[in-house]
Amino acid sequence: MSERSSANTVFQLPEGMPIAFELNNLNLHYGSSHVLKNINMKIPKHHVTALIGPSGCGKSALLRCLNRMNDLMERVKTRGSVKLEGEEINQSSHDIIRLRRRVGMVFQKSNPFPMSVFDNVIYGLKIAGIKDRKVLRDTCERCLRAAALWDEVKDRLHESALELSGGQMQRLCIARAIAINPDVLLLDEPCSALDPIATGRIERLIHDLRDHYTLILVTHNMQQAARLADYTAFLLNGELVEFNETSTLFTVPLERRTEDYITGRFG
Amino acid sequence: MIVEKRRTPRGHRKAAQESVSKTLRARLPAFPKRPKVRGGDFLLWLCAVTTGAVLVLYLMLLGVIAVNGLQSLWPKRVVTIEMEDGRRLIGQLQGHDTKHDRYRLYRANRVFQGDDFVWIEADQIETKDYHRDIVLVERRENGNLIGYLRAIQPGNLVSDEAALWQEVQKRRARVMAEEALAVTKLTKRMATINGRLEKLRLERRRYEDAGREPPDNLLQDETRLHETYLELDRRHLRLMASMRGQLVVLEDAAGIRHLVPFSQIVRAYRPNRLSTFDRLSIYGDKLVELFTEGPRESNTEGGLFPAILGTVMLVMLMSLFCVPLGVLAAVYLHEYASEGWLMTAIRLAVHNLAGVPGIVYGIFGLGFFVYGLGGSLDELFFAHKLPIPTFGTGGILWASLTMAILTVPVVIVSTEEGLRSVPRVVREGSMSLGATQFQTLVRVVLPMASPGILTGFILAIIRAAGEVAPLMIVGVVKMAPMLPVSDEFPFVHLERKFMHLGFHIYDAGFQSPNVEAALPMAYLTTTLLVFLVLCMSFAAMVLRARIRARYSELSL
Repeated sequence: MSERSSANTVFQLPEGMPIAFELNNLNLHYGSSHVLKNINMKIPKHHVTALIGPSGCGKSALLRCLNRMNDLMERVKTRGSVKLEGEEINQSSHDIIRLRRRVGMVFQKSNPFPMSVFDNVIYGLKIAGIKDRKVLRDTCERCLRAAALWDEVKDRLHESALELSGGQMQRLCIARAIAINPDVLLLDEPCSALDPIATGRIERLIHDLRDHYTLILVTHNMQQAARLADYTAFLLNGELVEFNETSTLFTVPLERRTEDYITGRFG
Repeated sequence: MIVEKRRTPRGHRKAAQESVSKTLRARLPAFPKRPKVRGGDFLLWLCAVTTGAVLVLYLMLLGVIAVNGLQSLWPKRVVTIEMEDGRRLIGQLQGHDTKHDRYRLYRANRVFQGDDFVWIEADQIETKDYHRDIVLVERRENGNLIGYLRAIQPGNLVSDEAALWQEVQKRRARVMAEEALAVTKLTKRMATINGRLEKLRLERRRYEDAGREPPDNLLQDETRLHETYLELDRRHLRLMASMRGQLVVLEDAAGIRHLVPFSQIVRAYRPNRLSTFDRLSIYGDKLVELFTEGPRESNTEGGLFPAILGTVMLVMLMSLFCVPLGVLAAVYLHEYASEGWLMTAIRLAVHNLAGVPGIVYGIFGLGFFVYGLGGSLDELFFAHKLPIPTFGTGGILWASLTMAILTVPVVIVSTEEGLRSVPRVVREGSMSLGATQFQTLVRVVLPMASPGILTGFILAIIRAAGEVAPLMIVGVVKMAPMLPVSDEFPFVHLERKFMHLGFHIYDAGFQSPNVEAALPMAYLTTTLLVFLVLCMSFAAMVLRARIRARYSELSL
């Protein structure tokens, strides 16, 4: 099945390209199952990188290694090296709070807190101890504008965030994530629960954010990956099958398994 | 993991599908045309009837309690009955026994006639009559008197009934306004002086215990205060004597005259002359008395204020202890402790604790709180008062602590339920923004779990307000001389014994010397207790509904 598998699993980014994440021999066990197997990859800075693959292939688990969200789950063991701009983050001595401030995350299911829109956006700043009302107000406006939500909610900043629509909630979560000024934004299937119009808005937003952040996107939707990502990684059964420039991966995949997947033979 | 979704090529799949469906069809027996018993309908019917039956039972229970309780305050007319055997009976008709066709007559005047109630056979009644001049007097002691007004002492004999009644009203108002007030003031002053004397006595004892002579000015103060006290006491006695000298003379059905001092009269009215409005105002007056006054006649008459206050205060103090305790324990169990056999065991134990009978907690409270903690507190801080215990005896603090440990399991269980209902993705959202677990807990998780916490709170209130057994051994008394709150420092007296509606029911209904006469009071107390529990839990439920409405959208 993998007659071409030895060809090029470790794709080399062009020389001199700044690297955000560097993963070396990353393994993840959940209980007795081996979820990620020997992942080696380099994720470029200030680009959109998509992780695709069928359900259960480990793409979300991989994403959650990048801000150590897996630490919250019992029975999860991560081994190997994850470097963020050269700094090893996958060790217990690394300051997890600082890491999460640098690596924001948007979840599949929008998860606004039961408080006002304003309080939601500035949540990260508040818990970091910033109390200056002016800073908080300005950040709130800036982030809501960045998330293309300002015009819709500027008159109801102090109403409950739970009264927004699904798409608005998801954009609010993006605004909340960028409010703490991260370098990286992890997006875990951010559109899977949204209708096509809301999806379009979020996609446009991701497109606009690429210049300022390193974006890593997990998606089920291959068209979305093709539309948005500069680089795409295909995972299957916990293995990184192929990682390449999006255009290459979708047109001339090096691997048979990649081709089967993107042409719809399985998945 | 993806293999399960892999498809066989089209042609193969079609063939496979056909063969599978054929074998399946062959194995299925033919469906009966229509089931004989429509089980679904029957079950639905059964559920509805059961629900209805339970509701009807509850309404009956509440109805019986409320009707019996609330009607007992209504000022009924007084009937004069001539019997065939020549006896004359005066009283209020209360109930008709249809089986034997006889009436229950409330005659009052219990001291002279023995019982409050008599049964009279309907066929022996010769005449029934409602004399307009009959007077009913509610007294502070010895129950009600029913009779005819004959005279006032001291005073001229007034022959005119109407003028006499007016004079009674006037005289009573004066006695109440002037003399009774003076007595109250005097007793209050005497109590203050008594308190100071007690303080001086304890100080003197401290000197004596240390083997030193108490200073002269202390002794002088003590003597001076003691003299003042005696003087006040003499004035008090004189006042009481003068008040006792002002009397109403009533004549009962048998023609015997009774003397009632004005100061003993709580309320006097002519039941057969009252308009509906008068009756309503007396009813209202009695209702107010119920909420604001203390009990009389060993809890069979008067008000329930100390019991209401005791119950509410017990529940509030209990919540003060049990809610934080339960929430903290639940947070630890659910958020911090890691799952395992130990956790399963602890959870099982907590669930079981909720089922331990109240009396067991009561005995624990007596041993641990009252004798253990209270005894040590007395030895440490109130040694000079020993052997009279301060905290080393039942009191409202120990009772509410006992109640708190009794209700803590309920709070733990429902708080855990509330914490479980907070979606994981919301916690992760908070953590992904750099919040610590504690910040997440305080800012996001606990607010979202608050409906669960409030449910626990409601259940705790309901259980605590209804428990009587453990209280009986850790601080409830039949009659508390002083309330657990007062206008004297420190205003809240946690060491004091208290009264409780639940115990009041037991006491009035089953322990009073005159159970039949106490029945209305037992009903009233029950009504009030049920009403109080309803009010407290309703308030908590409204609060919970509001909070739930705020968070409901999140349970997508």
